[in-house]
Amino acid sequence: MDWYPLYNSLRIAAISCALVFFAGIFAAYYVARLPRAVKGILDVILTLPMVLPPTVVGYFILLVFGAKRPLGIFLAQYGIKFVMTWYGGVLAAAVVAFPLMYRTARGAFESFDDTLAYSGQTLGLSNTYIFWHIRMPYCRQGILAGTVLAFARALGEYGATSMLIGYTPGRTATISTTVYQLWRTNDEAGAFFWVMVNLGISAVVLLIVNMLERRTKGGRA
Amino acid sequence: MSLIVDIKKRLGSFSLSAQLEAGEGVTGILGSSGCGKSMTLKCVAGIERPDSGHIELDGVVLYDSRKRIDLHPQQRRVGYLFQNYALFPNMTLRQNILCGLKNQPDKAQRVKEADDMIAMMGLQGLEKHRPYQLSGGQQQRAALGRILVNKPKLLMLDEPFSALDTYLRERLQAEMRELLKNYGGPVLLVTHSRDEAYRLCRSIAVMDKGSTTPPRPTKELFEDPHTVAAASLTGCKNISKAEKRGEHQLYAVDWGVTLTASAQLHDGLCAVGVRAHDILEEERHNRYAIVCGQPIEDPFELTQPFTFACQGDKKMPLWVKLQRHEPYSAPKEVGIAPDKVLPLYEK
Repeated sequence: MDWYPLYNSLRIAAISCALVFFAGIFAAYYVARLPRAVKGILDVILTLPMVLPPTVVGYFILLVFGAKRPLGIFLAQYGIKFVMTWYGGVLAAAVVAFPLMYRTARGAFESFDDTLAYSGQTLGLSNTYIFWHIRMPYCRQGILAGTVLAFARALGEYGATSMLIGYTPGRTATISTTVYQLWRTNDEAGAFFWVMVNLGISAVVLLIVNMLERRTKGGRA
Repeated sequence: MSLIVDIKKRLGSFSLSAQLEAGEGVTGILGSSGCGKSMTLKCVAGIERPDSGHIELDGVVLYDSRKRIDLHPQQRRVGYLFQNYALFPNMTLRQNILCGLKNQPDKAQRVKEADDMIAMMGLQGLEKHRPYQLSGGQQQRAALGRILVNKPKLLMLDEPFSALDTYLRERLQAEMRELLKNYGGPVLLVTHSRDEAYRLCRSIAVMDKGSTTPPRPTKELFEDPHTVAAASLTGCKNISKAEKRGEHQLYAVDWGVTLTASAQLHDGLCAVGVRAHDILEEERHNRYAIVCGQPIEDPFELTQPFTFACQGDKKMPLWVKLQRHEPYSAPKEVGIAPDKVLPLYEK
């Protein structure tokens, strides 16, 4: 039994989720304080990957990072290749999952009571302290929801991933590309097995979320 | 210890122009909602930036548009008690208080100071409670304690009692007066309530449509409000347009009567005010026949709307406060003592 797709999917989802966690939060935090016109334009750009077909997103990623594109050639000099590598999968999953984190975090930040930040400032607390110890805990429900959504989306990413890293058993195969590949080659039992694995992971993730939510509610009533 | 504020700020069609000086003791900023009171406090705290002007606290320049000085809120040493108290909901009471002590490097000392403050505020036993588990009064004391451990050079209170019900409000006003006695620096109290201002403030600046009048001693302001805005904010129910007729004579246009005032009248007189308590059935001066409307019963007294008999078709009723007695008969004539006739000016 080759467990590589599970291992690869989990590592791609975990790493891209971690990247998107920070990128989404900081984008949400800074975009919220920009002038309205700039905010509108940036908001559209940052949300686009969510509404575009994943293959189109994959196309755009190839347009920038492709082996024959300037940036791709430049990065290749340092041994960084996003095409046909597992960490290309991280890039694809991160781009597609980013808007989910960004939008939920922005919604959470918009509900934040600014007087809490102001009173922290007048008490002499640094802006960094206020961000991590007051703003983030206050918005934790939304942030948590965004993180889980981003993780789930990254785990299930298929379109952009298959465009960028294809399917190479033992190298770039993920659960979702494996399901398609096995089904395409008439290995229905194999496809079914990976479908069940995916279902199991998703169920566990949702269970964890429910448990966390119950605990935070208990602390707040 | 003193605060000097002289700032201007435009916000759309609203323009704020605040000038005031405050020494030790409580200085009130009395104004109706939306007049720019809170904006002024935010500018002093450094949360909002004025367009131009100068703010100085204890000889330290906090803001100066010409010298390009604009200290961060963290550097200003200004305590700001928000209307909703702004306690951090994810922290316990003690953690909240400790937030005011981050500058104290010694941890044992920090904890000791926090516990001393908790004791001083009468919040022992609640250290591990979160803000939502505290009553309104406890929340207010916790927020004030958090500010006081920070040892601010200026204390600013933004409508501190407006979130409380009447009973708690009066008790906390008394408490606050005691707590503020021990605080050495200047205190700015923003409020729209004349009772609050009267009870707590040594002097009061009136704010109307974004501009301030210089602070005046509280009693003096209530006895002679001088402007229409100050008169209505200090609770004067009866205000009429007026014209000067002599050294001490004025004609109340909306009421159709001539009144004698004991104060010497100046040019620029635009209105006259008479408090509802100062219109008396038995007063001999400024005595006129009146027509009474339907009386309004209050818990301990009675508000009687009326018009002067000679008021004609100018339907602007006045209000008089009367003792409740049974059976009630509406007064036929009332008078106003000349020293209770308040001449009002534009500025």
